[in-house]
Amino acid sequence: MSFFNFAWQWLIAVGHWSGPEGVPSRLLEHVEYTALAMVISAAVGLPAGVIIGHFGRGGFAVVSLANIWRSLPTLGLLILAFVLSSGASWAWLIPLVALAVPPILVNAYEGVLGVDPDLKDAATGMGMTPLQVLFKVEIPVALPLILLGLRTATIQVVSTATIAAYISLGGLGRYIIDGLATNNYGEVAGGAALVVLLALVVQFAFSGLTRLIVPAGLRNQARQS
Amino acid sequence: MHRIALYKAMALGIAAAAGLTLAACGSSGGKSNPLSGGGGSKSVVIGSANFPESQLLATIYQQALQAKGIKVTTKLNIGAREVYYPLIRKGTITILPEYNGALLTTSVSPSSTAASTAQVDAALKAGLPSTLEILNPSTAQDADSVTVTAAFAKKYHLKSIPDLKPIAKNMVFGGPPEFRTRADGLIGLKKNYGLVFKNFKPTDTSSTITFTDLMNGSVQAADVFTTSPQIISDHFVVLADPKNNFAAQNVLPLVYKPGVNAKIIGILNAVSAALSQTALLQMDSALVVQHASYSQVASGFLSATGLG
Repeated sequence: MSFFNFAWQWLIAVGHWSGPEGVPSRLLEHVEYTALAMVISAAVGLPAGVIIGHFGRGGFAVVSLANIWRSLPTLGLLILAFVLSSGASWAWLIPLVALAVPPILVNAYEGVLGVDPDLKDAATGMGMTPLQVLFKVEIPVALPLILLGLRTATIQVVSTATIAAYISLGGLGRYIIDGLATNNYGEVAGGAALVVLLALVVQFAFSGLTRLIVPAGLRNQARQS
Repeated sequence: MHRIALYKAMALGIAAAAGLTLAACGSSGGKSNPLSGGGGSKSVVIGSANFPESQLLATIYQQALQAKGIKVTTKLNIGAREVYYPLIRKGTITILPEYNGALLTTSVSPSSTAASTAQVDAALKAGLPSTLEILNPSTAQDADSVTVTAAFAKKYHLKSIPDLKPIAKNMVFGGPPEFRTRADGLIGLKKNYGLVFKNFKPTDTSSTITFTDLMNGSVQAADVFTTSPQIISDHFVVLADPKNNFAAQNVLPLVYKPGVNAKIIGILNAVSAALSQTALLQMDSALVVQHASYSQVASGFLSATGLG
């Protein structure tokens, strides 16, 4: 219980809710870090996964590589990027993108690869061009898995974006690192609780998004499988 | 054929790894539980803070004690003083390398104005709880400092901290997160020199992040330890501190009294007597610039001084 108590006592203190070090601005910074990392990761991972899944060649090598890539130590990568870029302010992006690309890529690949060949045949038979088959059949059918990959990556990035504070930046990690350095556990618990809440919000947002853009028939199919 | 060769190589590798693991277990004598408390247990637990020099000093204490047949376990890289001080108060840790001034103003008496080594040690002896004791100080000091790049010092003719007065309001100051709240941190710089900086940027404890930020100009001044080898290799300028905002920082052992005896105290005092400022800076340089291991550097020092 003491974690929740620490976190609650810290969160309800009025002083922590205003100014550049207050919760709203730290939360905004955290969302900005997450959003930027996700935009870049999706721009890399989605096309790569879809193309490899579509052609079905080289998939094993790329998926294996992506899975090995996931085991890179995030903090080590952060410090490496920071030192190699002589302290560039974008150094935090490297480990977050490295973390987010593999689940996005692997899920897009598996999703597109798993599309029923009969469906593709039927689409071609109806006179669709190969590009139309890709965009009107393969990607929509793969959508539940693609969204799953994006959701997994976003939740990982939300929780890992705390490391930006390690290289003097803001975000919710600021509370965790500063709190640990000064033995202020209320601050640590409050910061951690906010990260958990943000991850939950992401989870619900993706559930809503899935409901909105995945065709009803596919949703039911996904639930059954 | 190839496959069989591969399996053989793998089997050899696994056997070698298992042998190493066994050897490692054998040499560390891992029976004692470092969390069982120093009071009754026979093994001495040496802790350290989370920066290289503290871990090096802890390794020197460890090897000096082991050389005289005392059983030692270590718990290195614990964290900042705010985190490890409660552990030695409880006796979870028996011996810690400390810096007298920072110990006084962070954990014992935040309002203390003691500045010289003698003043600081006297204040510590008066203020420490009865279970804790500081041993003899070494002459080696690793004080906090306000440090700037050579180019910045030249541009604004900086020699000492008060020279920052006219430009502080446009400067970003870097330091570990705890510098913001410590009495000899931002609070002390404001009280003693009237310095209020434009911004404070939390970096790390006089390490990679701090020095990179100083070099690329995202901070103009930073809290840096005076034995950092980078001061020499990257030509930083340590500003003089005429009002002793940063108190004396002699290296000395802080011990949990019920966990140590006269023999242990004698060995640790002999280490402090041999530890000079030059020796400490050279060892720090060997660690950070030449990437020597803690145990290599520690045993080098002990054999050179006849203690190992």
